[in-house]
Amino acid sequence: MATASDHVPLLSVERLSVFYDQFRAVDVVDLSVAAGEVVSIIGANGAGKSSLLKAIVGQADRIEGKIRFEGRDLTGCATPEIAAMGIALVPEGRRLFPSLSVEENLHLGWEVGRRQEIGLAEVFEFFPVLKERRRQKARELSGGQQQMVAFGRALLANPKLLLCDEISLGLAPLVVDSLYKFIPTIKTRGIGVLIVEQDISRSLAVADRFYCVLEGRVTLAGRPSETSRDEVMKHYFGV
Amino acid sequence: MTSLPSKLPLVSAARGVLGLLAAMLFAAPWIFGPAELQILTELLCLLVLAMMWNLLAGYADIVTIGQHGFVGIGCYSFYGFVVLAGVGPYLAILLAGLTTLVFAVPAMVIIFRLRAAYLAVGTWVLAEVMMLGAGKIEAFGAGLGISLPVSVVREFGGNIVERFTTIYWISLALALVAMGATYALMRSAVGIGLTAMRDNEEAAGTIGVNLFRARVICFLWTAPFLGLAGALITLQKLRIAPAASFSITDWTVYIIFIVVIGGVGSFEGPIIGTLVFFAIREYLQDWGVWHFIILGGVSIATVLIEPRGIWGLLRRVIPADLIPVAHTPPR
Amino acid sequence: MAGAVINQIVQGVLLGGLYAMFAVGLSLSVGVMRFVNIAHGDLIVLISFLVLTLTTKLGMPLLVAAVIVLPVTFAGGYLLQRLLLQRVLGESVLSIVLVTFGLSVIVQNGLQGTYGADTRLVPGGAIVTATIHLGGGINIGVLPLAIFICAVVLVFVLDLALYRTRLGARIRAVSDDVASANLVGLRSAHIYAVAMGIVGVTIGISAAFMAVWTNFDPTSGPSRLLVAFEAVVLGGLGSLWGTLAGGIIVAVAQSIGAQFDAGWQLLAGHLVFLAVFLIRPQGLFPK
Repeated sequence: MATASDHVPLLSVERLSVFYDQFRAVDVVDLSVAAGEVVSIIGANGAGKSSLLKAIVGQADRIEGKIRFEGRDLTGCATPEIAAMGIALVPEGRRLFPSLSVEENLHLGWEVGRRQEIGLAEVFEFFPVLKERRRQKARELSGGQQQMVAFGRALLANPKLLLCDEISLGLAPLVVDSLYKFIPTIKTRGIGVLIVEQDISRSLAVADRFYCVLEGRVTLAGRPSETSRDEVMKHYFGV
Repeated sequence: MTSLPSKLPLVSAARGVLGLLAAMLFAAPWIFGPAELQILTELLCLLVLAMMWNLLAGYADIVTIGQHGFVGIGCYSFYGFVVLAGVGPYLAILLAGLTTLVFAVPAMVIIFRLRAAYLAVGTWVLAEVMMLGAGKIEAFGAGLGISLPVSVVREFGGNIVERFTTIYWISLALALVAMGATYALMRSAVGIGLTAMRDNEEAAGTIGVNLFRARVICFLWTAPFLGLAGALITLQKLRIAPAASFSITDWTVYIIFIVVIGGVGSFEGPIIGTLVFFAIREYLQDWGVWHFIILGGVSIATVLIEPRGIWGLLRRVIPADLIPVAHTPPR
Repeated sequence: MAGAVINQIVQGVLLGGLYAMFAVGLSLSVGVMRFVNIAHGDLIVLISFLVLTLTTKLGMPLLVAAVIVLPVTFAGGYLLQRLLLQRVLGESVLSIVLVTFGLSVIVQNGLQGTYGADTRLVPGGAIVTATIHLGGGINIGVLPLAIFICAVVLVFVLDLALYRTRLGARIRAVSDDVASANLVGLRSAHIYAVAMGIVGVTIGISAAFMAVWTNFDPTSGPSRLLVAFEAVVLGGLGSLWGTLAGGIIVAVAQSIGAQFDAGWQLLAGHLVFLAVFLIRPQGLFPK
């Protein structure tokens, strides 16, 4: 599989700042993700991680700096366009379509995506409980099941880059385990994954590289295998 | 309390203009003849209607398109008290305002079950019901309406000049009371709560701002003023009739255009709007139906381009509010 | 006597079909885009005048005119949404009310300036007066019956389209959550516009029928809006079959009211609306 340094990175974020009115949520951040690579962004609540992901899909209020996807500048692109290029976001809080059924939610992901490889049948194989509940309205599912649908929907779009925003939030550990079991599978298909998490151990366990973010700034970047736990903790909390 | 930056020359100049206008209004009976006084009376009544619509739509987030219903109730109840009940005319005017308030309570109970745009259309439905209902009552002339007896009109003065002057003073008083009362309301806890809600609804709720109560108060606040204006309008038109007293065109359509173009959500807006409306009204007559199309078009353009209206445009140049209530209109 | 009352109710039910057709478009825009288009009634009247012009000025047969009108109304609805309404969607209540209210005034007065204030009726030929006599004093006009059947079919088709097709799923998705729809790659503005195009087609169909069955003039718009609004609210926001039921209720109330006095017709409709609304504010079949 491709390593980060050899090719044009799948995603390249250069000196990015994200603003909500006057508030600077992300402060001149550089990061990159290569195809087939899992990159973790860890940081406490409010550190600016979600804003970063929102900026990548074009849902931030105001940004400075550049975001490049496969070399192409994303500035000014509308969210549906960015999705069509091959970036899928599993948003914070699931954000399914509550009145649509599980199957309709999933199928939308497939329809608008690049329609190759991963299909509905495969998603149901991964998440058998969804197959049982395929006709139920999304709002009737438990949090964990909804997260599975959100995941499945993003996967069905067959993205080149998958963004995951706090997928473990509010879910039981067993459920989170089963979700995280996917990440390596996704990786083997050449999809780049950018995971935003508060749970340090889980995300570092799957990541090839990580960035630690505190108050909108990257305080530490490296590989989990090469960095001690203490050092990570230090930069997470900023002590 | 924000201190008024009265040193800034533009603000002072604008306030000066406002002051001059006010002075002119007070001196009007000595400056103008009866024809002009009648026009000024109309202007003042429209101003009251504009201020009330603005209070609800611009400050309390209650958009209505049925306030002509309450105006009509004011018209009809004034007639009822002064002709059918034989009450003195001045008292009848006050009672008309009170009656409108009484009608506003069940109206509110119905209306507040609807939200947003549904509420707006709901107010229209209610206004229709009021108009149709009024048109069924024989004592009020049923569908054709009925004229105000001359004897009633004579009670306001022995000759035309006296009558117009008296009615003018009443309308000026009404306008001043309406403005003062609304200003006081917006500076009170209710007004501050509404502004807080505008800025951040959740936060406002957590600090105990009772939004529902604020909306109830605003809705009921406007009713008597609408009714009083209706009574005065009847004194001018000397007639009540379903289509005229409950005229959506005169008491809602024009009013909305006036406020939107002048500037929703500010105190200065309705004043500017009314002045502009009167300035161009003569020309509007010449354009026939086109004047509605133009007014409608300008209103839509205002909403899309500068939602704060003419006052918003002026505000880009003038650094402070002339009548400070410290409020920003809805985005 | 009983026959007369039953006949009135039957007429009311049939009229309810027309009212439901007016209301179905409003129901869609209310349920999908979550706004009330105050110009809805005026747009119906606008298309009725268009049909009038096509049939009387250009001499087209009624059916041809009706067919031509449909793609025109689809395009009209699409463009109206895309160019104007999209800009105020999701903004404050005030913006939407003002824009659609302004539009209503413009359309009404534009029609008045173009066609004058007279009431009109489009000649429909034999079908307008054809009647089926059921005996017992009950007469069913062929045209009203056709309209009623069309209304039921329309509701059925739209319900199907919305809940069983892929396009319907997309429309419902965008209506649920625009931001998420964007994330999934749905072009929300386009989808809203398509939905409004469909609303336009329902306006076209109901306008064509109305033009032949009832008198209309440039100021008829508001009364259609109010009737449509009452049907939608009574039926329950978001329910198309509910809108059909709501339309029938209002129409029957009007029919019975008209028996007492022409002046009671409208008032009866409104009063029944208010009564039912107070008892059950969420409507008969809320979603």
